Amino acid sequence: MRVLSLSVSLFLLLALPARAELTLLNVSYDVSRELYKDINPAFAAEWQAKKGASITINQSHGGSSKQALSVAAGLEADVVTMNQSPDIDVLVERGALVAADWKRRFPHESAPYTTVSVFLVRKGNPKGIKDWADLARPGVSVIVPNPKTSGNGRYTYLAAWGQALRKHGNDAAEARKFVAALFRNVPVLDGGGRGATTTFTQRDIGDALVTFENEAALIADELGSDRFEVVYPALTIEAAAPVAVVDKVVDKRGTREAATAYLDFLFSPTGQRIIARHRFRPRYPAVQKQFAARFPAVATFTVENTLGGWAAVQKTHFADGGIYDQIVEHR
Amino acid sequence: MARRHKNVLPGFSLTLGYTLLYLSLIVLIPLAAIFVKSAELSPAEFWKIVSAPRVVASYKVSFGLSLAAAAINSVFGLMLAWSLVRYSFPGKKLVDALVDLPFALPTAVAGIALTALYAGNGWLGKFLETPGPFIGDTLSSLWLLFGGEADSAERLAESCAETLAGFGLKVAYTPLGILVALIFIGLPFVVRTVQPILEDLDMELEEAAASLGARRWQTFRHVLLPILLPALLTGFALAFARAVGEYGSVIFIAGNIPLVSEITPLMIITKLEQYDYVGATAVAAVMLMLSFVLLLAVNILQAWSSRRFRRGRG
Amino acid sequence: MSAASSGLLRRKRARDTRFENSAATREAPWVKRLTLCFSLLFFGVFLLLPLIVVFAEALRKGLEAYWAAIVDPDALSAIKLTLITAAIALPLNLLFGVAAAWCIAKFEFRGKQLLTTLIDLPFSVSPVIAGLVFVLLFSTQHGWFASLLEAGDVKVIFAVPGIVLATVFVTFPFIARELIPLMQAQGREEEEAAIVLGARGWQTFWRVTLPNIKWGLLYGVILCNARAMGEFGAVSVVSGHIRGMTNTMPLYVEILYNEYNFAASFAVASLLALLALVTLVVKTWVEWKAEQTLDLNDDEQEENP
Repeated sequence: MRVLSLSVSLFLLLALPARAELTLLNVSYDVSRELYKDINPAFAAEWQAKKGASITINQSHGGSSKQALSVAAGLEADVVTMNQSPDIDVLVERGALVAADWKRRFPHESAPYTTVSVFLVRKGNPKGIKDWADLARPGVSVIVPNPKTSGNGRYTYLAAWGQALRKHGNDAAEARKFVAALFRNVPVLDGGGRGATTTFTQRDIGDALVTFENEAALIADELGSDRFEVVYPALTIEAAAPVAVVDKVVDKRGTREAATAYLDFLFSPTGQRIIARHRFRPRYPAVQKQFAARFPAVATFTVENTLGGWAAVQKTHFADGGIYDQIVEHR
Repeated sequence: MARRHKNVLPGFSLTLGYTLLYLSLIVLIPLAAIFVKSAELSPAEFWKIVSAPRVVASYKVSFGLSLAAAAINSVFGLMLAWSLVRYSFPGKKLVDALVDLPFALPTAVAGIALTALYAGNGWLGKFLETPGPFIGDTLSSLWLLFGGEADSAERLAESCAETLAGFGLKVAYTPLGILVALIFIGLPFVVRTVQPILEDLDMELEEAAASLGARRWQTFRHVLLPILLPALLTGFALAFARAVGEYGSVIFIAGNIPLVSEITPLMIITKLEQYDYVGATAVAAVMLMLSFVLLLAVNILQAWSSRRFRRGRG
Repeated sequence: MSAASSGLLRRKRARDTRFENSAATREAPWVKRLTLCFSLLFFGVFLLLPLIVVFAEALRKGLEAYWAAIVDPDALSAIKLTLITAAIALPLNLLFGVAAAWCIAKFEFRGKQLLTTLIDLPFSVSPVIAGLVFVLLFSTQHGWFASLLEAGDVKVIFAVPGIVLATVFVTFPFIARELIPLMQAQGREEEEAAIVLGARGWQTFWRVTLPNIKWGLLYGVILCNARAMGEFGAVSVVSGHIRGMTNTMPLYVEILYNEYNFAASFAVASLLALLALVTLVVKTWVEWKAEQTLDLNDDEQEENP
């Protein structure tokens, strides 16, 4: 009985809110971990210099949509830094956590950096994979994360679709034929981007991995540049990573100033340089010039300018019974 | 059982009351949330979601493979428990301790470790996917060992690799991989429910059977098995139940190909990823009801078999 | 002393091998060999090899890297949180397990199978759903108790209480399910005898029931504890994944793995695998204790025939 009462009281103790000095919680997507590991101390140092006070930034990472759902359910994020804008829009729709005009709060539609979808192939490119069309060839095996559960996978699907649209003069039937052929070549649909990477690099499955440019670079760095090389297709999708202050939370916690300063820092020259070092494409022209060698010029399109925006894409492609479902169910 | 004498043991209402209270707080009220949420759908919408071809295919994968895994675990789990209780062999204590491993190891780690083993470049997968070269090499080295000639050994290895070329077994990224993961996570249930009963058995029972002239197999079949059956059924039910809900380890090894190797929990996750709480709870509700019915059936069977045994004894 | 302990050892060995030494309980040698062969092969393929993989990966970068991964402050805070969670979940489920097993195994009542099945249910609930239900209940935005939580400024999900709740949920049936078949197999004659002879309820439980169920209880506690520490899916939904704050060991393992920090990830995972060895220690200790009391009884009997 004493054990029970002890454990109950321990439970209650833990349920009480904790007091602490100024902290921010940044809820982010999966592959931005390394970036914010560098951004946070840099920002804290700047804040200390300006305000003479210390600040701690806590990080939470996970699948982008899953993280958005957690924030919508009450995870008290001061700022959200996602990899696709629907994951912030959902916070506008659910409980009005974020103001509807969040895209106008910061420069470049509130996206401090972009990245592009590229291919990672095995050293020497034995299957001669140069462009999207090669991925749909019979006998080529492609690793793509599951578009239903991964933002990375969604961008890959949309990249394939969009470039086929452009190539065939906006003929949706042709685009569909192409994407269906590509997904016939996918032997494993991993849950997330990093799972797909492991399948490709550690299990030696697949001839090509479609992933973000920064991921491809990181893989080469971490897992051996002697084993893989990066291939840039002629045309690919540009993925902007949007950020927002969670208004409802910062007003409750009184952290609006710090949260805004934190996101502003991402757009500052210092922040942009850190971003570029992590192989995300910066927005600031001077930084772009400085790191130009890292980012080969590549023709891109976006969800907004070619595919009719996220809302339409979500409805026609990814909803249950949408085009993606139809394609994979009739492989 | 019909002439039941009055039970003199105390504490019935206290323990039952506490059980019901705790059960309601921790399990029933939370699970009710699923049904309340899914009730936001009209029956027609509900049916449309839960009977979509891909979802139905996932029920087949999840429930079929879970039943298979639980059945395999029941056979081998009983053997393992028997070996642990009845036989002495080197390393027995270690084996005994490691049986619990699947619980302690986070499911994701289990999934990664199993995939690493069974993938085409893994320790086991290498052999399973292309058994030809392996068997060929073994045979040819045996041939050499027994004084055969080098080039006939080589020919033997080659022809072996050739004939067996079509016999590879892919485990990782196929439904078979899911089965392996489900066997892994369910094994402790069977071993650990059977083991205490075995440890508790009196030797006299078997000695009596033997002195009455029963053969060993007959003793096992007619004396031991009826005693073990209720626990074995419990172990089966638990291993099955656990397998049906498993997500973490399966997702790494399944390949997740629609209509082939998608499990029901994955369907729930994909709905959540689209912010579709209602659809997710609808599938969850169906899953819950299906496993409830199956578990209830097993429990009734279990009660029946334990009653039969007790009547036989008393 | 040494004579006594060697006697103890001898008697223990005799007890360990009693089944193999009696003609009535011995199988034909080929049956024994075949059973051992199959069960150990099964064990090797399904349990031992994955374990070896975990340790091989963990030690790939050497012992120093292994140690560094474990004493990392984030790792230590994850270990602490995991221990706290198990320390709360275990006693709660222990008490419930004994109570439930007592009323189900020792009494006849209508709806017993239904009750047993309801107790099993958390096993079959996908961990993801287990997490989701607590979100549905305790979300400060749309949960059933949202206004209540808001008023008290209490956080349940995305904080430690939610993690504990999810863990209690997934480990709920373990101890009860371990005890029920055992207590059913034992019947209630012994307890009835004790009561008839005038023992009180608690006394009967402590002196008669508890010694009888100690193995089942031990397995139940060990399983419950292992699962509580290893649970990933449900906790992942309610944790919020705040590094250094709401990450349990399994979640931390996932984070490290996703950072391509494979060696560190498996190092932390191997700590959880070591839990299995706790089983070994506890079991040996209980066995030793039991031997001692048995021996004492034997000695007493020898002294006063």
